[in-house]
Amino acid sequence: MAIKQLTVFLENKAGKLSEIVKRISDAEVNIRAMCIADSSDCGILRLIVSDLEKAQLALSGEIISAIDVLAAKMTDKAGSLSEILTLLDKAGINIDYMYAFTAPALGAYVVLRVGDNKAAEEVLKQNGIETLTIDDMKAF
Amino acid sequence: MPNYYQPEIETAPREKILEIQNEKIVKQVRHVYDNVKYYRDLMDAKGVKPEDIKSVDDIKKLPFLSKEDLRIAYPYGLLGTDLKNCVRIQSTSGTTGRRVVAFYTQNDIDIWEECCARAIVAAGGTNEDVCQVCYGYGLFTGGPGLNGGSHKVGCLTLPMSSGNTERQIQFMMDLGATILCCTPSYAAYIGESLAEAGYKPEDNKLKAGIFGAEPWTEEMRRSIEKSLGIKAYDIYGLTETSGPGVSFECEEQTGMHINEDHFYAEIIDPDTGEVLPEGEKGELVFTSLDKEAFPLLRYRTRDICVLTRKKCSCGRTHVKMSKPMGRSDDMMIIRGVNVFPSQIETVLLKEGYPPNYQILVDRVNNTDTLDINVELPPEQFSDKISDLQAKEKLLESAMRTMLGIGPKVHLMPPHSVARSEGKAVRVIDKRKLHD
Ligand SMILES: [Zn+2]
Repeated sequence: MAIKQLTVFLENKAGKLSEIVKRISDAEVNIRAMCIADSSDCGILRLIVSDLEKAQLALSGEIISAIDVLAAKMTDKAGSLSEILTLLDKAGINIDYMYAFTAPALGAYVVLRVGDNKAAEEVLKQNGIETLTIDDMKAF
Repeated sequence: MPNYYQPEIETAPREKILEIQNEKIVKQVRHVYDNVKYYRDLMDAKGVKPEDIKSVDDIKKLPFLSKEDLRIAYPYGLLGTDLKNCVRIQSTSGTTGRRVVAFYTQNDIDIWEECCARAIVAAGGTNEDVCQVCYGYGLFTGGPGLNGGSHKVGCLTLPMSSGNTERQIQFMMDLGATILCCTPSYAAYIGESLAEAGYKPEDNKLKAGIFGAEPWTEEMRRSIEKSLGIKAYDIYGLTETSGPGVSFECEEQTGMHINEDHFYAEIIDPDTGEVLPEGEKGELVFTSLDKEAFPLLRYRTRDICVLTRKKCSCGRTHVKMSKPMGRSDDMMIIRGVNVFPSQIETVLLKEGYPPNYQILVDRVNNTDTLDINVELPPEQFSDKISDLQAKEKLLESAMRTMLGIGPKVHLMPPHSVARSEGKAVRVIDKRKLHD
């Protein structure tokens, strides 16, 4: 199952990132994971949040989008991430970007933005790797 | 099958047109010198006498008139005949605080309306057409000009004036209007309103539209043509020279034929005033060859365009002017190239961006830099940096093709382009700070 990533367009302006984060926390939404990509002009903020709709509402007026990403569970042993990447690579699935996070109750996850979520999920499932669902997200 | 209102003059050989122009300019300069003190003083100051002007080749010796001269001479200073011979005034909106009042004799009005009639016939108009004029009537020249032209052609004229779109649509549909005359933005609005009212483009009887009085792009033309199911023709003019109909488009849609038997056109370098050869981009200057009441000689329009005498497939022999690319006031010279904000706007609209942008010009290490901040529409947003960079590259390359120099494009969030008094500040030229 894919989960939703909230993506926010950031202009390169001092204070913009903290403003966005504050607006989300003022709406009592938790940020589970985040990652920033930037070029010289602008940045893209990628977030996994506890309540997508509330966060979207809090950021009205900004350029945002919600897209499907996979969060694959990593076991607490060396080579776990490498195994996931190798599996996807062998299946010919491209990874656009990825970032990791841990959730105290659930463990460690790697968020994967791939071209084909279904195919990637299938590969992971066949190899016994769990992916988070939207319901899991609400629980934590 | 080309259509002409006055075929003999519209398709006259070049020599014939020149002969008419030469004859008229000699008389006109004499008329102005004798009757317009303001211009006589300018000629005297330049040491030019009426007898120095023997043909249109000598027009370049005459002094220019600018909008500033019109302001100084307001209201009667440029009047070329007794007020008792005048029958009408028209005026510009004066939004910039520089109201222009132009005077007309009956003869001036007849010629003006003939010019508009040429435009209507070029768009396919005949006495069987129903011509809906929704330019403003009154002081603005748009309504009266096209109204008069439509009468001359013999169309059934609907003098709608502007606004009240619901009523426009009702008359258009009930009376089967075939030709629409208005500003391009209003035409686009009527198109949208028709669609909202549930009409398809083929439901109306319109075949042509004659649109002018404001800048519009080729993309806008195509979209109006599609939404109304018509062919859209451009028309150009200014109150100072008469009104719409100074030039008009034929079915080739590659520029507007200037009515050269009434107006002599020059392209000059806006900085030096020097006349530029055919095909070069510069400021358009008009000399009225036969206006009696408001006979402006060498009037600087501030519109930047190009003239061409390339043979036109419509059979007309009159010189063609390009759609104005911008105002000379807006022109920037960057790395020796003329750049207009309107060109940048054209690229943005074509590539699916809103016309919200800001141009930053600077000089770094003695080289001009051009940066363009563009607001990113939400639907173009992507979560991948590479996608956004590709969008910037695509815009940069389209701009390079249009402008002749390469800018750096920066995508910005909406509403980040600074606005003052609701109007966007389009250009920030920092080079002046270094001078
Ligand atoms: Zn033509």
